[in-house]
Amino acid sequence: MYKLKISDHLILLTGVFFMVAPVVLTFMTSTHDAIAIYKGGVQFLPGDKFLENYETVLFQAGGFTQEVNGFVMLKNSMILGFGFAIGKIVISMLAAYAIVYFRFPFASVCFWIIFATLLLPLEVRILPSYEIVQSLGMVNTYSGLIVPLIASATGTFFFRQFFMSVPDELLEAARIDGAGPWKFFKDILVPLSKTMIAAIFIIMFVFGWNQYLWPTLITTDESLFTLVRGIKQILQVWVGAQIPAFNEAMALAILAMLPPVLIVVIFQSWFVKGLVESDK
Amino acid sequence: MVPYMLLLPQLAIVTIFFLWPAAEAIQSSFYLEDPFGFGSTFVGLDNFTDMLTSTDYGRVARFTAVFTFFVTFLSLGFALLLAVKADKVLRGASTYKTLLMWVYAVAPPVAGLIGVLLFDQHVGPMVDLFAMFGWKMQIGVNYFDTSFAMIVTAVWKQIPVNFIFFLSGLQGISKSVQEAASIDCRSGFRRFWTVTFPLLAPTGFFLLIINITYAFFDTFGIVDVIVKNEPGNNPVTLVYKVYLDGFRGNDLGGSSAQSVILMALVFILTIIQFRLIERRVHYT
Repeated sequence: MYKLKISDHLILLTGVFFMVAPVVLTFMTSTHDAIAIYKGGVQFLPGDKFLENYETVLFQAGGFTQEVNGFVMLKNSMILGFGFAIGKIVISMLAAYAIVYFRFPFASVCFWIIFATLLLPLEVRILPSYEIVQSLGMVNTYSGLIVPLIASATGTFFFRQFFMSVPDELLEAARIDGAGPWKFFKDILVPLSKTMIAAIFIIMFVFGWNQYLWPTLITTDESLFTLVRGIKQILQVWVGAQIPAFNEAMALAILAMLPPVLIVVIFQSWFVKGLVESDK
Repeated sequence: MVPYMLLLPQLAIVTIFFLWPAAEAIQSSFYLEDPFGFGSTFVGLDNFTDMLTSTDYGRVARFTAVFTFFVTFLSLGFALLLAVKADKVLRGASTYKTLLMWVYAVAPPVAGLIGVLLFDQHVGPMVDLFAMFGWKMQIGVNYFDTSFAMIVTAVWKQIPVNFIFFLSGLQGISKSVQEAASIDCRSGFRRFWTVTFPLLAPTGFFLLIINITYAFFDTFGIVDVIVKNEPGNNPVTLVYKVYLDGFRGNDLGGSSAQSVILMALVFILTIIQFRLIERRVHYT
């Protein structure tokens, strides 16, 4: 059939180079001191300031109020990533369960209300969303950070598709054996959905971790900053300085991308499944 | 009662954080808010006409269109090329796959920060590279240079998603079809355009919508970081302008009118997308 040519590998290697090189340069730059970078430009080789820079970024207070350090931001990012992913999975599984397995008045109204959210990303209704969260007193709280992001129905749509592919015979069999709705959900549907849950968890964790606009608006208190939210501060405080501290800025950038990248690489097959299935 | 209990959390969140703000945006797009918050007057479609006729809005809309065009087609093109090659490779296929897709997990503002580093006037290697060809890049000062850096960064960030979808689309094409094609036609190039490419079309159309949505909305972080919080004369996208007018300019009515325009746009895109999904399911 098809004979593989050297040129095919060359094209792939070039692609890999362009995808990987920027991050490698970022990492190399994060292991030097600020003056070396200022004099010599972006560094192509590892330096000897790796431990020093990452220690500074993780444990020494930075930012405007000198209260927040990388470790706190890492913790907040974890809270946002896990809180968003778990919250979304629980809420959307329950809703999808109701939509697929129950017949009740106003079912189609509920369905359309939920799926209308797919039409409007948070970005287009950002100002009124902010005002409502503010009037509810949820600015600078974890719930104000996480709950409004859960509003979109991507997860519900995804689980609905999956539940509809589960054979009806299972429900009948469970009913004959005397299982109630809760038992059916807990003992049959959830175990069946395990792979799906894992796949959607990865997508949602990465999505939550990478949120930028909403955290920028809703957290003004630096102790609630996530790593991705902190990028803006980095830019102003470190890169905007007399001698720009690119080393520390890039160390924080590496920290901000490391957990989601690791998850995507380690659980690659689930991730691809989740991405391809959930966008259908 | 059971189904209502199950739906309650989702419906409550959707109502409070989705329907209410969307309704509010539509309502305030017809009002002119007093800058001191004392009240607002109904102005009909004035906010829309003011917005659509302002030169500033036209400039931003034009940039968004150009930006979206380049980001969509460049990232789709590169991703398709890489996916076609990765589909054929046997040795090292999974390594290539991993290395080409992991950038998916990098957040847009982090990608923007990397862009800022690589295109920095003093330390950036890209600037040195282009200087060899006589192009003196000035990111943040020169409109064209800044747009260029933004597009490069946005394309870089988007290639992995397109690559994953194209690759899974290619792997879904049955081997028997490919073998039949290779018996009938010796030219691999022609085979690609006459057999593989049409079979990939549904994936391609679907990705087109995904990419337009990405270029419009998800690039906010990239734009914000690259213009370094100083939009001034720098290129910005429509979503960035909604944010700018609403939060910096305190122009509630104008910002809401822009939101409503974007809502209509997303609405149309989503309708198209839903139709394509139906067709895509039909194809496979």
